[in-house]
Amino acid sequence: MAAVSDEPFAYVRRLPAERLPPPLAPTGALGWLRANLFSSPANIALTLLCVLFIAWAIPPLVRFFLIDAVWSGADREACLATPEHPAVGACWAFVRVWFSYFVYGFYPAGQRWRVDLFFIALAFGIVWLLRLSAPRRDLGALYFFVVLPVLSFVLLHGAPPIGLAVVPTALWGGMLVTVIVATVGIVFSLPLGILLALGRRSDLPVVRLLSVIFIEFVRGVPLITVLFMASVMLPLFVPDRLAPDKLVRALVGVAMFASAYMAEVVRGGLAAVPRGQYEAARALGFTYWRMTGLVILPQALRVTLPNIVNTFIGLFKDTTLVFVVGIFDFLRTIEAARADPHWGAPTTPITGYAFAALFYFVCCYGMSRYARSVEARLARAGRR
Amino acid sequence: MADEAQTGVRYRRRIASIAVQVGLIVLIGGLVYAAAYNAAHNLARAHIASGFGFWNNTAGFDISQTLIPYSAAASTFGRAFWVGLLNTLLVAAIGIVLATVLGFAVGIARLSRNWLVARLAAGYVEVIRNVPLLLQLLFWYNAVLKSLPEVQGSVALPGGGFLNNRGLFLPRPEFASGFSAVLAAFLAGVFAVIVLRLWARRRQERTGAEIHMFWPALALLCALPIIAAAVTGAPLTFSPLHMGRFNVRGGIEILPEFAALTLALTTYTAAFIAEVVRAGVLSVSAGQTEAAQALGLRSGATLRLVIVPQAMRVIIPPLTSQYLNLIKNSSLAVAIGYPDLVQVFAGTVLNITGQAVEVVAITMAVYLAISLFASALMNLYARTTSVVEH
Repeated sequence: MAAVSDEPFAYVRRLPAERLPPPLAPTGALGWLRANLFSSPANIALTLLCVLFIAWAIPPLVRFFLIDAVWSGADREACLATPEHPAVGACWAFVRVWFSYFVYGFYPAGQRWRVDLFFIALAFGIVWLLRLSAPRRDLGALYFFVVLPVLSFVLLHGAPPIGLAVVPTALWGGMLVTVIVATVGIVFSLPLGILLALGRRSDLPVVRLLSVIFIEFVRGVPLITVLFMASVMLPLFVPDRLAPDKLVRALVGVAMFASAYMAEVVRGGLAAVPRGQYEAARALGFTYWRMTGLVILPQALRVTLPNIVNTFIGLFKDTTLVFVVGIFDFLRTIEAARADPHWGAPTTPITGYAFAALFYFVCCYGMSRYARSVEARLARAGRR
Repeated sequence: MADEAQTGVRYRRRIASIAVQVGLIVLIGGLVYAAAYNAAHNLARAHIASGFGFWNNTAGFDISQTLIPYSAAASTFGRAFWVGLLNTLLVAAIGIVLATVLGFAVGIARLSRNWLVARLAAGYVEVIRNVPLLLQLLFWYNAVLKSLPEVQGSVALPGGGFLNNRGLFLPRPEFASGFSAVLAAFLAGVFAVIVLRLWARRRQERTGAEIHMFWPALALLCALPIIAAAVTGAPLTFSPLHMGRFNVRGGIEILPEFAALTLALTTYTAAFIAEVVRAGVLSVSAGQTEAAQALGLRSGATLRLVIVPQAMRVIIPPLTSQYLNLIKNSSLAVAIGYPDLVQVFAGTVLNITGQAVEVVAITMAVYLAISLFASALMNLYARTTSVVEH
């Protein structure tokens, strides 16, 4: 400070300041690279590490799954390493041969059109329900939650009076069973979950207590134990002649489990509806059920649709657990096919699992993209 | 008159609500009664005992991994229950620690300003989260660990361990008498660090001068035990493994089932923890960072003193529920035969005794107790850390 005070206070610049070089381009491809990959020495090191990792991991994977892969063949011989072909990749021939088993299980070959029809009817229902711009989505809900279950049962199980032979559930398998378990889970868990969520917010203490006990109990235990309960205890609890089929038992377990989780999701949606909406509906003289059905639920479900889809993704992944109680779902068919000695090559397990992972990933990732797009749309609507 | 009509409506409402509740109780009670009646009838017809008498009967089956002494011939079903429960808790504890480390690393990597790092972390999260855990578990077990070489061609690990398709075999540490001195030195180091930390904090509060603790603390924690070990002369040795024809003997054996379950639970839960961490950090508003910078805090101090404390409040509750999910998911052990609570108790014991109701009820009660305990802790935490709004 002392040095400055000796100088005259005023400072007048007489000459223009020397020109600085232009800043490095902040835009364009180069600018982007500089900002996102090479902004500091540490960043450069990280980038190099990542590039090394990718160079180490990706080419072997591509070689294994695509370049060296075996695409056709009749049995394990095709997928074994030979002196001419020492490097053998994924055994896609195995997936090709077993593909119809992965989709239909042991469903009789002549009747498989019924399964295809079921898949189409289901896809139609899903699109109708989930496309936000689809017309008459209330009818879509009716179709999905009432018509479709009956139609599917008649189609898949069979109805002798109209000429559809009965196919016992022991023959069902593969993706068919995975899709059925997931669909039954959602068809039952959504209405039950809504009832439980309403029950948890009810003024009636008994209803509230029962709902809380059910929800907290089911959420506190693993799905496997619920499935065990359904598969070994359910037959004990009903008279002998009513003992349910193995698949039905697993479905009951899954539906129970999913409805507890759905209840918590719906409860979140109910909490997001402002109090004023309840009060306004009451002031208009609505009864409880009219208020809930016409004012509260439409708003609550709209807000919570992304969470419902996310819960459904979890449910879809959890369907694999029916494996443990002896149901031939998609994953179980992969395991069964893998154990076939005709296809016992070293690369068969990895190929089977890769195929299964691809199936689950495509389904789950697709659903999560949908949930995110709905979320973005709701956020836009909220900003208005 | 209006009053009278009002009371009339209220009165009728009250009656209706009581009727609904009584009806519900009667319905549920009837269902429970019918179920109990049918169960008693069905069990009597199948000649299956009921009650918990089986608890003290001899188990008669082997368990591949036992943390407490257990033998098929002498131990009871009750003992088998504790073996299974401890195995569940072991895999859960190790899984929780590893998943937390990996999850925080991936979650922070997702927020990295380096595009490539962020994309790689996001890819990891998306792939892992969208593939069922059971599939990942089977992959690790059947495709990775079971395709390791046989015992004869074991992979020799540095330090004398062996890896083959029967598991991972590590030399067993042998503690000589001097080891307690090393342990004492380590504890002394921990104590010294705590004292140093308190002193540094008090000094900072008095004078404002900050003292960096990291290197001194590390030096204390490492140097003291090393000095003690040097003085007492190598108190810790590893006994070499004996390579048998069909197995490796004389060391610590880590079963492939255990390894597969730990790997799958860790990588799967880490993806979810990463999302929790990311959401937590993003929930701290940018204004907090800017304010910290305006006060002159460096970026490390900003993170440590401003961002992390606020983010942790958002992170802890969902993190706990991820831990609970991990504990519940450890029951998938049954698919690969790791002897956890479900596999031992709800699997083997159930099959031997046939007492489905009791066995499933005990198994569920254990998980329920763990869940309720954790949510009670969480409520306590939420109460103590909730911000008082003005």
